[in-house]
Amino acid sequence: MSNTPDLNIDRVAELARIALTPEEKTAYAAQLGEVLKHVEQLKQVNVDGVEPTAHAFSVENVWADDVAQTGLSAEDALRNAPAQRQGMIAVPKVVD
Amino acid sequence: MSTPLTFQTLSGIADQLASGALTSVQLTQAVIDQTAAVESRVNALLSHDAADALAHAQASDERRAAGKPLGPLDGIPIALKDVIAVRDQPLTAGSKMLEKFVSPYDATVTIKLKEAGVVLWGRANCDEFAMGSSTENSAFKTTANPYDLARVPGGSSGGSAAALAAGEAIATLGSDTGGSIRQPAAFCNVVGLKPTYGLISRYGLAAYASSLDQIGPFTRTVEDAAIVLGAIAGHDHRDSTSFKTPIPDYRAALQEKKGPWKLGIPKEYFGEGLDPEVGAAIEKAIEFYRQAGCEIKEVSLPHTEYCLSTYYIIATAEASSNLARYDGVRYTHRSPDAKNIEDVYFKSRSEGFGDEVKRRIILGTYVLSSGYYDAYYLRAQKVRTLIRQDFLKAYEEVDAILTPTTPTPAFKIGETTDPLSMYLQDIYTVGVNLAGLPGISVPAGFTDEGLPIGMQLIGQPYQESDLLAIAHTYDSAHDWSGRLPEL
Amino acid sequence: MFQYAGYSLLATHYSLLKIMNYEAVIGLEVHVQVKTASKIFTRVGQGYGHEENTLTDPVVLALPGALPVMNKAALDAIIKSGLMLHCEIADVCKWDRKNYFYPDSPKNYQITQFDQPICIGGEVEIELPGEARNVMGEHKKIPLTRIHQEEDVGKLTHFAHDSLVDYNRAGTPLMEIVSDPAIASAEEAYAFLTTLRTTMVYAGISDCDMEKGQMRCDANISIRPVGQEELGVKVELKNLNSISYVRDGISHEIKRQKAVLKAGGTIVQETRDFDGITGTSQSLRTKEDAHDYRYFPDPDLMPVRVDQAWKDRLAAECPERPFDKQRRFMAAYDLPYTITSVLVPDRELSDWFEATVAIAGKPQAQAVGNWIANDLLRDLGAANVSLADAKITPAHLAELVGLIEAGTITKQIAREVFTESFGSGETPSAVVERKGLKDDTNSDELEQWCRDAIAGNDKAREQFLGGKDGAINAMKGPVMKASRGKANPKLVDETLRRLLAE
Ligand SMILES: [Mg+2]
Ligand SMILES: [Zn+2]
Repeated sequence: MSNTPDLNIDRVAELARIALTPEEKTAYAAQLGEVLKHVEQLKQVNVDGVEPTAHAFSVENVWADDVAQTGLSAEDALRNAPAQRQGMIAVPKVVD
Repeated sequence: MSTPLTFQTLSGIADQLASGALTSVQLTQAVIDQTAAVESRVNALLSHDAADALAHAQASDERRAAGKPLGPLDGIPIALKDVIAVRDQPLTAGSKMLEKFVSPYDATVTIKLKEAGVVLWGRANCDEFAMGSSTENSAFKTTANPYDLARVPGGSSGGSAAALAAGEAIATLGSDTGGSIRQPAAFCNVVGLKPTYGLISRYGLAAYASSLDQIGPFTRTVEDAAIVLGAIAGHDHRDSTSFKTPIPDYRAALQEKKGPWKLGIPKEYFGEGLDPEVGAAIEKAIEFYRQAGCEIKEVSLPHTEYCLSTYYIIATAEASSNLARYDGVRYTHRSPDAKNIEDVYFKSRSEGFGDEVKRRIILGTYVLSSGYYDAYYLRAQKVRTLIRQDFLKAYEEVDAILTPTTPTPAFKIGETTDPLSMYLQDIYTVGVNLAGLPGISVPAGFTDEGLPIGMQLIGQPYQESDLLAIAHTYDSAHDWSGRLPEL
Repeated sequence: MFQYAGYSLLATHYSLLKIMNYEAVIGLEVHVQVKTASKIFTRVGQGYGHEENTLTDPVVLALPGALPVMNKAALDAIIKSGLMLHCEIADVCKWDRKNYFYPDSPKNYQITQFDQPICIGGEVEIELPGEARNVMGEHKKIPLTRIHQEEDVGKLTHFAHDSLVDYNRAGTPLMEIVSDPAIASAEEAYAFLTTLRTTMVYAGISDCDMEKGQMRCDANISIRPVGQEELGVKVELKNLNSISYVRDGISHEIKRQKAVLKAGGTIVQETRDFDGITGTSQSLRTKEDAHDYRYFPDPDLMPVRVDQAWKDRLAAECPERPFDKQRRFMAAYDLPYTITSVLVPDRELSDWFEATVAIAGKPQAQAVGNWIANDLLRDLGAANVSLADAKITPAHLAELVGLIEAGTITKQIAREVFTESFGSGETPSAVVERKGLKDDTNSDELEQWCRDAIAGNDKAREQFLGGKDGAINAMKGPVMKASRGKANPKLVDETLRRLLAE
């Protein structure tokens, strides 16, 4: 981590699928630059040999038995769909 | 002068319902009337359905008339933060993204409340996707603090806190990822409980940061919090992070557990930035416990200064992934200008999300991106381990930790504009989420200006009985919540 | 320019002659759907061929608030697969999110295993084609990198103006089996998938029907000059949706790469789409648009710890590996390779075989094998009946083989009996009894038929007595005819010889 974190706002916004106006880009870059500068302090912490915490408490092997249950009706599944056709969600044609 | 009905405690109201002195329909109507009287100024609720509430109240009264044994929540109107799913009700999460979304399913807490006979009343405003500390980030309205309408109620569960403080509900539920229950509770003179991570199912809670989020109640008293907690806590097979632990009778524990306790005062929470009036109120609370026979010990939580940085990396990283589902495809806002699938994503998301959400998604995407993961996310996860260890080490010496809930009382609407200063609001509360501990904010007095002050008590994992008993000791000896807002 | 173009054409033309100059290095990524009742992270049912969007719930659709919960059976299945394929089963594995946007992916992240997969290493034994159909081919072991578990996505269908999404498939448990880059040819890749499919079907993990998308294969293909250590630039080939397409697609791609290199060109790292019908491929995307998946541990799911007891329990449930069984069948029952290669790939059929032999006795194994490989399979096919639904049982066949061995009926009669039992489920002895098929000829009767046969075949008798042993057959026919097929051929032979010697 350097003193001025190299936040490439275009690249990151692209990954996040958020279109930003030039004004938003400038503002966010500055604001997040401040936050990242603050976050630089973590560099001071000695984390040698420290295990990362992914969960607030560690429990293993949480699962359910394989018993099929009824889910949503097709009507409920599509209830909030912005566009639908033939019982399916419609999106503009996807070209891979 | 007796306390107006909708400002009375849940336990007191439950007694009146049980004795037949009051019906749920009367109570619900009083809540509807109070809402009609104050809501235009408080703006705590995003939606409510009076007819539906009265129908459920009627059903509760009929159950009671039939002589069925009913729990203390039967017939009680409770409002839910608008991030909790209720079948056939809107769920906006304070976002334009979900403006038209109607949930086809119930959250686990919703099911539990329905089973307890609760009258589900209103959806409380909040910061968009629970990201914020003032409820100013709601896409729909800015909630006002009932104790000073020019000030924020706190956030992100500001609507839940304000609705309760304004007598628009008898209890409310919120969610707390970095202080989102405790901070608004402190600002609005109510009790706010964030239980241990895993005690209450998150199924049906629109996720902000999965490893930190926890649902919890807002109530007027600690005893009321114990009642609501008892109804919504417990293992859920739909939430893999839900903890398997027996749920005791939290309300009974308030009577059984009398202390004296050893309370830890972390020196790191009383430094620079703490408002003197808040500091003085907390000193008084400490003095109360000392007088009550508790042992007061200074403890150290040496990694406190890193909590905020750690929190903002972990929370935003998780959020960037959790909020990817709001994409314009299946159920959210879809930009009318979308010509191709990338448009659907980019345009829907930039139109649907507000500023703070976009900022956090971008920050979270960045800290996870190729080349930065180790420096930010992995390191934050390691510091999180150290933060948790600090607390567990302190608990070798003390039963609970006592701190201010917030460094300052409620600030003015529109006053805090830069994100970093807003983030600093959470300085005393985020550590609890990172460590997965239970924390409660209890009313602890007022500033000279009449702004509420909150005291935070932090307990040990899954020892909510102890935490509530400790909080009740103070709460039952004070009547701060009896000081109603002038609306 | 033109000169170069002409040269390249020539080079392509001669590339066949120089084919030994390059060798292919192939790695396969095979996705296999696990046959569970419910999805991998939620309990709504899963399956193929249901009406669109009828197998969804809040988790499948990634509604606000939905949370995943692991399916124990999916874990059991992948551990079993790992045990079948000689993998090391990790003590602890965890779940990660792979973040990318695509309309078939409801959460816009896939829950998968990034750096701690559940199965590590392992190998797939393959058999290459032999010199002839009745000769066993060379066996090789293709090392695996890993097998991890993940969730499937929904299904997109493209129309003229839009695309439609069905989320029924989303959340189906998948295993991704990743081979080392250690496959040398299209034939080996074909054999690899054949073994994988047989193994998965054997263990009841998946039906691996590629047409239903239950097994899907991507191939990473590169070529390098023989003797070179360093790998060439790899091309990822997608949409290889039948085992034959895998073979065709890979062989096409190897040819394409060789042609490019021989023409002096360079291979671009890219993803290509193979069209099995036209046998051609086209570029989908090049390396530049590489993804940044931002993997991180899924906070909604807890890690899995696999202890020895769990592994032992699943190991006990694992069937014998197909090639192990084939070797055992050849050694223990003295079966020819051709029969074993009919019996073994079908677990039910090989079980049926062993059940029959268990009753009939080991000496009858070859006869049993022949009956199954010829008559049983033929009749099943003709009647379009599955083995499980067949009326004939191992006990029936064992009894039938016993009747032949005892000389009670001839093999010819036995065919008739078999068909009866197959059709009705009646036991062979009952059929023989009811239809009077037993060889109940007394020796006087037989002797008379034999005398008649000799008398009526002067020419054959002369030839036989003149030293042509085979001529005796011409005299057997009338005897069998007279007995209506029931006479014991061995006895007929003996009697004829005795009478001819008189
Ligand atoms: Mg892959
Ligand atoms: Zn995969």
